[in-house]
Amino acid sequence: MITAPVNKIIDCSVVDGPGNTTAIFFQGCNFNCIYCHNPETINICRNCGSCASSCPTGAISTTPGEKEALWNESLCAGCDNCIKVCPHGSSPKIRNISVDEAVLRVAGNIPFIRGVTCSGGECTLQKEFIVPFFERVRALGLRTLLDSNGSLDFSLEPELMAVTDGVMLDVKSADPLIHLSLTGMSNSIVLKNIDFLAEQQKLIELRIVVADEPGFHSRETVDAVSRRLQASPNGRDAHFRIIAFRPFGVRKQFQSISPPSPRLLRELERIARGNGMKYVSIT
Amino acid sequence: MLKLLDTMEQARSEVKRVIQDKTLTHSQTVSALAKTAENLLPYPEGTPKEFSEMFDKGIICDLAEGHAPYAPRYILPDYEKFMRQGSKFLRLEPPSDLYEALNSLLIFYRHVPSVTHFPVFMGRIDRLLEPFIQHSDEARALIRGFLIHCDRTFTSSYCHMNLGPEDTKAGRIILDLEAELQHCVPNMTFRYDPTATPDDLAELAVKSALACANPAFAFDPMYVSDFGGEDYGIASCYNGLPIGGGAFSLSRIRLNRIAEQSDSMDDFFRNRLPRAADALCRFIEAKIRFIVEETPFFRSNFLAAEGFIDISRFAGLFGIVGLCECVNHLMKLQGKPAAFGSSEDANQLGVAVMECLQQEVGRFTSAYSAVWDNHFILHAQVGAENDEGVSPGARIAIGSEMPLYDHLRQAGLFHRFFPSGVGDIFPFDTTASRNHAAILDVFKGAFKVGMRYISTYAADSDLVRVTGYLAKRSDVAAYAGGSPALNDTVAGSVESFDKRGILSRKVRSI
Ligand code: SF4
Ligand code: SF4
Repeated sequence: MITAPVNKIIDCSVVDGPGNTTAIFFQGCNFNCIYCHNPETINICRNCGSCASSCPTGAISTTPGEKEALWNESLCAGCDNCIKVCPHGSSPKIRNISVDEAVLRVAGNIPFIRGVTCSGGECTLQKEFIVPFFERVRALGLRTLLDSNGSLDFSLEPELMAVTDGVMLDVKSADPLIHLSLTGMSNSIVLKNIDFLAEQQKLIELRIVVADEPGFHSRETVDAVSRRLQASPNGRDAHFRIIAFRPFGVRKQFQSISPPSPRLLRELERIARGNGMKYVSIT
Repeated sequence: MLKLLDTMEQARSEVKRVIQDKTLTHSQTVSALAKTAENLLPYPEGTPKEFSEMFDKGIICDLAEGHAPYAPRYILPDYEKFMRQGSKFLRLEPPSDLYEALNSLLIFYRHVPSVTHFPVFMGRIDRLLEPFIQHSDEARALIRGFLIHCDRTFTSSYCHMNLGPEDTKAGRIILDLEAELQHCVPNMTFRYDPTATPDDLAELAVKSALACANPAFAFDPMYVSDFGGEDYGIASCYNGLPIGGGAFSLSRIRLNRIAEQSDSMDDFFRNRLPRAADALCRFIEAKIRFIVEETPFFRSNFLAAEGFIDISRFAGLFGIVGLCECVNHLMKLQGKPAAFGSSEDANQLGVAVMECLQQEVGRFTSAYSAVWDNHFILHAQVGAENDEGVSPGARIAIGSEMPLYDHLRQAGLFHRFFPSGVGDIFPFDTTASRNHAAILDVFKGAFKVGMRYISTYAADSDLVRVTGYLAKRSDVAAYAGGSPALNDTVAGSVESFDKRGILSRKVRSI
């Protein structure tokens, strides 16, 4: 049976694609972005045991020999202490769910939703789960979206693309070195994906997190990415979303970075529009 | 019920009390004096003898409608006819441009009686104005002035305009202005029909609703099927009624009180509920008979004489409140968990209560109410003063709300019972304003699971939908602090805010 580690499911989400969607957040990411707002979704639990003693309700047990900590949802009070103390960017509050279970949950939200969005963590790490899941979700008449960091070469995944209606792509930087410094990974595939998805008319949205902080190189990124979109077929139709960095939820060492000034945001919007982007928004 | 004034002395002191009440504006004083005078008369002939006992026990409530109504409670004039033919009595020709149309409407509104003395139905405004819209900038400026005039003159949040379902320039201008103007008046309903309303227009309506609590959404196809056509209007709070007619009178029963006084399920279903329903029907009938037979209204008022209304299109309204508490009490009687909303058993019991009531009310044949086959229409009343601990209509109590989709499905079980008014309110957190299409998806789903009327506002909005009407938090706070309020509805809102937890409604975060 195919299962996937799920951090949480939001039944009614207005921020994970056009219209009302059910969003599934998978655990585990292959990037390590400095501004990750959910750093506890990055790694799979190693059963190190550090969090068990900090849980006020005894909801966590770490049995030696098991791969992951065991979490008793019915005891959990939702205080998030475990997440705060975890030294490995993980959380014990992960459930491995089957495709059947996920489909059942989504089907229960009809007729209020128009689609399902797989997010994360990095959802494409769970592509073996997503392919059969999306096939069945589509059969229910729902739209299927991926919210991805773009690290998987979509042009090599015909099975996944066949059941995916669109992708929302996070782009950290157009510059290889800056991308490396922000995420710990190369960006060559991300850039290739921009062109491929735009050409396939499956690039629903492109997101860039911005800040005044020089390390973000926000002007350069917005300029280079919007130029790239302008050059690719249908690229101007993608929703170009400029996301203001917010310290809320990010790891301690990055909390001193301040949110971007309204001036910078306006300037970035001008740059994107100047490069022909039709739908630009700032959030 | 108002106190019966038995002696001249009592009457004098009541008149003096009203005149000296410093919280009233001039027109509020005049209305209160009229009510005092009306209540010098006894209840109409035909009032059932058990009325006063049931009234004292809190089973029946006449919503302070007055002992001797001299006009129907809610009137929905045929404004389209007025636009076509003008009015002899008002000495108005049919309008020939937007300025004349707006001016004629403002004049006409002034002459539409109701229980509040304000026009509770102001027409399908987009349709009325559309033929006159030529230059949108000029139209916008004129309509802006018109809306401001309405808000400051028709100072009761029960005055109600309708929009939709079709796309119009006028409708778009109004939706756009609403968010900017932040008015309590008029109350607005958008009649949504998936086959006639384009998504971008419905999304504009959502945007406006989040910004200023207006408009609410009515599922047009359901009303069209209930009313046998599109000749219906949404008036007052959210009351569906025939255009060219309206409601003679509305009184209500408190289902919770009936349950509390029942010894057993059997006692409730076979004895107490049928008796209360029958008594209320006879009381409503007595009121209607009085209006029709003993007042000259339908014989002399220009609305009837010129065909803007017809007596055959009026109905009696039978209101209910407290289904939630009623069901919870009956569940307790059976030793089961009292969880109207989250318990499927409790919800099914609620449906059984409504089916029983529908049957009992259907048993009564009225000499009037021709438009509804000589029966009264059920109305989920939103509550009134002294309703502490009683939830409006069939709503789940504030504080016991469920996850959004479950809540909508539960509400959907009950909306079919109330062609003449029912509705639920779901405030959303501010994130919702980023994705109006998402809220529209939720509303579309709500209509698919049986709801007919739904409304929203953003959690940080000054304007909130109190029960069915709008009020500004800032106005209510000022009034509570001792300042007089222009809008009549503000005074009642203070109690709703304080005692009925309107501001504690669960905000839906998405
Ligand atoms: S969030 Fe739940 S599992 Fe984690 S520490 Fe708190 S109670 Fe325990
Ligand atoms: S969640 Fe983190 S702290 Fe808890 S056992 Fe897993 S890796 Fe260790």
